[in-house]
Amino acid sequence: MSVDQANVRRIARLARIAVSDDEVPHLQDELNSMLAFVEELSAVNVDGVEPMTSVIPMKLALRKDDVRDQAGSSVVTANAPESDDNFFVVPKVIE
Amino acid sequence: MTDPTRLTLAEARDAVAKRSLSAVELTQAHLDAMAKARGLNAYVAETPDQALAMAAASDAKIAKGDAGPLEGLPLGIKDLYATKGVHTQACSHILDGFKPAYESHVTANLWRDGAVMLGKLNMDEFAMGSSNETSFYGPVASPWMPPKFDKAQARAALASDKKGLLVPGGSSGGSASAVAAHLCLGATASDTGGSIRQPAAFTGTVGIKPTYGRCSRWGMVAFASSLDQAGPIARTVRDCAIMLQSMAGYDAKDSTSVDVPVPDYEAAIGRSVKGMKIGIPKEYRLEGMSAEIEKLWEQGIAWLKDAGAEIVGISLPHTRTALPAYYIVAPAEASSNLARYDGVRYGLRKSGRDITDMYENTRREGFGKEVRRRVMIGTYVLSAGYYDAYYVKAQQIRTLIRQDFERVYAEGIDAILTPATPSAAFGIGEKVSADPIEMYLNDVFTVTVNMAGLPGIAVPGGLNGEGLPLGLQLIGRPFEEEALFAAASAIEKAAGRIALPDAWWV
Repeated sequence: MSVDQANVRRIARLARIAVSDDEVPHLQDELNSMLAFVEELSAVNVDGVEPMTSVIPMKLALRKDDVRDQAGSSVVTANAPESDDNFFVVPKVIE
Repeated sequence: MTDPTRLTLAEARDAVAKRSLSAVELTQAHLDAMAKARGLNAYVAETPDQALAMAAASDAKIAKGDAGPLEGLPLGIKDLYATKGVHTQACSHILDGFKPAYESHVTANLWRDGAVMLGKLNMDEFAMGSSNETSFYGPVASPWMPPKFDKAQARAALASDKKGLLVPGGSSGGSASAVAAHLCLGATASDTGGSIRQPAAFTGTVGIKPTYGRCSRWGMVAFASSLDQAGPIARTVRDCAIMLQSMAGYDAKDSTSVDVPVPDYEAAIGRSVKGMKIGIPKEYRLEGMSAEIEKLWEQGIAWLKDAGAEIVGISLPHTRTALPAYYIVAPAEASSNLARYDGVRYGLRKSGRDITDMYENTRREGFGKEVRRRVMIGTYVLSAGYYDAYYVKAQQIRTLIRQDFERVYAEGIDAILTPATPSAAFGIGEKVSADPIEMYLNDVFTVTVNMAGLPGIAVPGGLNGEGLPLGLQLIGRPFEEEALFAAASAIEKAAGRIALPDAWWV
């Protein structure tokens, strides 16, 4: 499988990474080189093989559904590039 | 008095415990060495005030007879461990200014046991790289001088763009360089595809990636969550055992942390390997393997045989598929993990016309080239229509890789010996412009271990014809790190500890 330039733009959009027009051909080459590298896997027979979900066989631990370790909202927003009164500030999303 | 930075971690521990050396003296000696070695670029943040305060507290505890197992021992911390109130960016621009409000589980364990933090160590951005050249903070130089350089040339290169100097490997390049240059007694590192073992091999140091689940991942900046694991890099096998003893342990905050007791790893050092069955996998004998790597491997086999181990030829038929499958699984998980860097909650923000534009500009500006490439590949293999063909298939192959190991372990193999890397360290700038696949091949011997969740250790096996270190890798059964410490210490004893370079950078 390989990607064309329209695919590259679509992937960049899905990944929320801006790409400029002159970067597209180069990115296309790089992505295709990686896809060519993984191509040999298509020859491996995986019929009836379970996909791995946990590398160490173990049951996922559950904890009690209760409130604990509350850092406090001022701590949560302390690293925000823009915050106001312990809220994150983002560009307007609703007109 | 001898320079305290030349002590091993175990020697320093004993000297501090006997009070023939104070924690403050030991820490100050390291801070002085770091100040003179800034050209190597191993540290991205130094924390001298915190270090000296921690050392003074250690001296007080020792005086009261209340010392922990790592009391007063100065360590370097890879920049992907969250350290409360201290620079934590996984060497990415997108985490500019981030100072966590909490401490990672692994570093909290080290401080609980008395260790002293010297600062944060350079690394490939988000641990994506094998040379430490993808760091936003610039490349790290290895303390090993390139064979063709004299001291004046090396110092000139250090003062300019570092081209021609050797890479320390990656992603834990700052950790490996700092340990080899005596800028800390030991360092935390992390390993997703080889990021502890490859830099250890490149710098003549020892590094262990323990079994997946042995150390908590809580507070480590996530790259590929099903592969990431914490571990130490240090100058001896014993030093690694001492550090892992403190780093390991169950943590309810990491749902993949495994609740099994941590054995006494140091007790395994020097334990006889008589009767141990060491597997030699034929699939690791790659076509076109260099003569020096071939020789290193043969030498390793001979050392273990002389120490009384039984050498058994084995087959791990899916070895070849591990690296391509890794380059589906790791980018897929990275694309998901790195979705959180959106310019809202922490780090960099680049404004845009609307919120989507802000996200896209922030991620364009904040992520380096390699990270953008991997996030895009990961996005592609997880996207509608491709998920089964790529991601599910890679996870099926992972099952096959793990079954290969399970089979040989069921047949009685205790550990597997392989080379750690396909070559010695290369030069800074040498591989960056090339096809990315060439860089990825650095992990060809190490990546199988992450795919199968197993423990692996890299230990120096001697020097090549040009005087550069080469490493051997031992792969163990799940949660049997002790067997690796025993076998690696047998190799270390037979090989003799290699002499680390003198400080040409001062």
